[in-house]
Amino acid sequence: MNKNFRLDWLTVFTYLGLVGFGITNIYSSTYAIDQPELFNLSRPIGKQIIFFIVSLASIGFILVAPSKLFERFSSVLYLIAILLLLGLFPFGSVISGARSWYVLGGVSLQPAEFSKVAVALAVAKLLSEIQIDIRKMRSLLQVVLIVSIPVGLIILQPDPGSALVFGAFLFVLYREGLPTPYMLVITGLFLFFILTLVYSLPFVFVSIIFTVIGLYFFSRRVNKKVVFFPYLVAIACCCLYVYSVDYIFNEIFEQRHRDRFNIVLGKEVDTQGIGYNLNQSKIAIGSGGWDGKGFLQGTQTKGGFVPEQHTDYIFSTIGEEWGFLGSASVVLFFSFLILRILTRAEEQKNKFSRIYAYSVASILFVHFVINIGMSIGVVPTIGIPLPFISYGGSSLLAFSCLIGIYLNLDANRLNETSF
Amino acid sequence: MRIYFLRGLTVLIACVFLSSLFQLQVVNTNYQTMSENNAVLEIAVYPERGFIYDRNGALLVANQPAYDIMIIPENVSPFDTLAFCRLAGINKKRLLSNLKKARQYSKRLPSVVVNQISKTTYAKLQEQMWKFKGFFIQKKSLREYRIDHSANVLGYVSEVNRNDLKNDDYYRLGEIIGRQGVEHYYEKQLRGTKGKKFLQKDRFNRIIGPYKEGTYDIEPIPAHDIQLTLDQELQAYGEELMQNKRGGIVAIEPSTGEVLALVNAPSYDPSILVGRKRSENYRKLANDTLSKPLFDRGLLAQYPPGSPFKTLNALIALQEEVITPKTKFKCNRGHYYARGAFMECHCPRGSRNDLLEGIYKSCNTYFSNTYKKIIEKYETPEKGLDQWKEHLKSFGLGNYLGYDLSIGRPGHVPGASYYNRIYKEGQWKSPTIISNAIGQGELLTTPIQLANFTAAIANRGYYITPHFVRKIKGDSIQKKFTKKITSIDPEHFDVVIDGMQKVVERGTARIARIKGIEVCGKTGTAENFTRIDGKRTQLTDHSIFIAFAPKEDPKIALAVFIENGYWGARWAAPIASLMIENYLTGNVKRKWLEKQMLEGSLTQEYLKPISGKPFTINE
Repeated sequence: MNKNFRLDWLTVFTYLGLVGFGITNIYSSTYAIDQPELFNLSRPIGKQIIFFIVSLASIGFILVAPSKLFERFSSVLYLIAILLLLGLFPFGSVISGARSWYVLGGVSLQPAEFSKVAVALAVAKLLSEIQIDIRKMRSLLQVVLIVSIPVGLIILQPDPGSALVFGAFLFVLYREGLPTPYMLVITGLFLFFILTLVYSLPFVFVSIIFTVIGLYFFSRRVNKKVVFFPYLVAIACCCLYVYSVDYIFNEIFEQRHRDRFNIVLGKEVDTQGIGYNLNQSKIAIGSGGWDGKGFLQGTQTKGGFVPEQHTDYIFSTIGEEWGFLGSASVVLFFSFLILRILTRAEEQKNKFSRIYAYSVASILFVHFVINIGMSIGVVPTIGIPLPFISYGGSSLLAFSCLIGIYLNLDANRLNETSF
Repeated sequence: MRIYFLRGLTVLIACVFLSSLFQLQVVNTNYQTMSENNAVLEIAVYPERGFIYDRNGALLVANQPAYDIMIIPENVSPFDTLAFCRLAGINKKRLLSNLKKARQYSKRLPSVVVNQISKTTYAKLQEQMWKFKGFFIQKKSLREYRIDHSANVLGYVSEVNRNDLKNDDYYRLGEIIGRQGVEHYYEKQLRGTKGKKFLQKDRFNRIIGPYKEGTYDIEPIPAHDIQLTLDQELQAYGEELMQNKRGGIVAIEPSTGEVLALVNAPSYDPSILVGRKRSENYRKLANDTLSKPLFDRGLLAQYPPGSPFKTLNALIALQEEVITPKTKFKCNRGHYYARGAFMECHCPRGSRNDLLEGIYKSCNTYFSNTYKKIIEKYETPEKGLDQWKEHLKSFGLGNYLGYDLSIGRPGHVPGASYYNRIYKEGQWKSPTIISNAIGQGELLTTPIQLANFTAAIANRGYYITPHFVRKIKGDSIQKKFTKKITSIDPEHFDVVIDGMQKVVERGTARIARIKGIEVCGKTGTAENFTRIDGKRTQLTDHSIFIAFAPKEDPKIALAVFIENGYWGARWAAPIASLMIENYLTGNVKRKWLEKQMLEGSLTQEYLKPISGKPFTINE
């Protein structure tokens, strides 16, 4: 029982700090003058606190569980996650256009959040197996399959934002030896997918052609013998791919799916036109100045100018009420947490533990980049929560479990050096 | 390399985020103002407009609550228009057009649908308001007049216009500004200074509470109440006496320069310029170009002063030592003031008047000779005339008096340069300008100038600039209402004042006698002309009277001016006398005279020039 002493306390404190700061800002951004109390279950703040308590309890359970358990049961957890995602189609409830929720007596749960944990475990399990070599096509396809199934199910809900997060596993695969060309191709496909949805088709075509031709001339300067033909094929493939994405989106999807994608991508928001959210969010953050307007003093926040401010746009509340000092602290805390987990991952003797930790860091990284990036306008609008901080029980609980399992594995890295 | 890839990327992203946050939050300050425009509503808080009291503390002007029915179009749900129209006292067509206007202006911001509903309508409507979703009642403050007179002194208030907005950046659209009278002159004191309140809005522009607990709010500076110099009873009595006549009364307390009454006839009830009918009523007043109720005759009308002016000529002659009180002039029902030029006088043939008789008999011959002596005292008539003009200036003639209302006229006192322009230099002598001797000719004065020089005579040699405000609560009046000493030595006044007393005792204004009070006065009759179809036509003379009382320690000095009243003692003298009696004794014993004046009407006289038919004057 003395493994507590080897607990990664820095991660624990960072986690607690972020969640505490998150609850503070949720309180502020959902503040109602006539209902100021914290433990009001009809209000977001009360629910979030309850979920925080549940999360702490879960982490407690996870920490006392034997580490082997997670590796052994990863397949089972993965299956459960897939079943939960499948179960949404007959039993799920539609909230803001996506069938992503189980509503059980006033509590809504979003299985997509939990599937991140399951997929992280499954990927870690698969890649840690002795016969798997990521450089081989067969192994790669296995991994891709494991990731694609939940991604596909989530896209069908449709919840493209959550599906996008699974792109985080690219970093894991790359770390585990995925050849660079694959990496480039997958990244390319992914970028083209986003570009096609955000911008018009001709624009994407033109940018593809220019990029590839640019690449061709660049390689010719290095090696005179480079032939143009493969590049032509590349252009054709890309265009075909982009066109098919566009076709699927516009012809096969129904309007409600498209609306959902467009909202997530920030193309159509409310009635006030594209860019309203981003603009209001930037006004909120920008008006915070050096040290912010103070707790509960944010005018943008109080006025409810930023839509979804307690969930996806929680960072704008932080920026407005706590200023540069507050928002920079959040950025630093996140970076620290990610770097910390990555560093500890490299120290793991156990491959499963290392890959899992790497997955955790990658998932956090993707959330961190996209969420804060869209709040300040350096990344297109994609609606995913800021881990630990955004309002949302499923998200908080899932990220807590993610961190909890990491803590458990990390604490045991010296105990069980091999198996 | 692969091991460090994500770590490197994390550091890179963190740097990008930190630098763009620094740019957004610290370097770029535009977002601060954008957020304020977005989320903070600044509203003005108005102090209650100051009250206006009369010299004895009677409240003349207060404020009354008024209620506007407002709507926010997006909140309106279908309602019983008929019931609403009945309750609010508005017809359906008007209601619908106002609703449409409101919708066009903004769906989310409130607009007025029915303005200034009465207190009783408000009471009825208040109970039924729940039936009309999206409607609410907004309180505002209007002027409430406790009196039906003094409109010309009080002025009125109305919404600022584009000009006001341009001239003074204090005002915002829809605010109230004082117009004319003391409301205008003492605007700053009466309005106070508005404060500011900052409110937090939400994204629907709804107000959700004070901004930062009101830390930035600015308290309004309260307005000052004002006490006028007017005696509201005297003013009311004066307006009553003047009914069905045109003209003005100006009464001044000589020892202080305080204006006791400034009557303009015809007048109007100040209350008609408040509330829903304001603009309609104002148009009516402004369009009445015949009786001109908005033309404040007491301050603006310039007439030749007529015989009252003889008192000043007497004083100047005494000061210039061209006559003594004992100097006598012969009058043969007039005299030749130049070859072939005869000036009539009503003195019997063969009269020999001294100064006292000259004044109370109002002898034209006496003052023509006196005036000639004044002008001819110096080597050139230019010098004499300018010396004369200097004396008159010291009585406040020929220039603006400097009282605390913003309208006025300088009148006219001709000097040497004026006649040089008309007749060429050296081409005129005292007989040329002899009309000035008896207050005719090129002289022009306003009634308040008449009252003011009467006060100067009553004071035996000085006056205090007339003014209308006695006290400003919590503020001091500027020290500009100072003592002005005339160029006439005090000892010269006694004989003139004796003469003025005789005017009332046994002269032309015996009708102005009041038992137990020594009244000093001087009647006047001024010829006047108008143009009918481009032809200069003489109208019935104006009736003028100046007076002060009591003779020793005068309490009131006044000038009464009745347009086309024929002669001084016919209208002006009795009215002046009644005013004095009312002011000094508190009640009028000569009911017969009061009745005669109240019932007397000059309407027929005023209809003559516009009748289009030939008419006779002075009948």
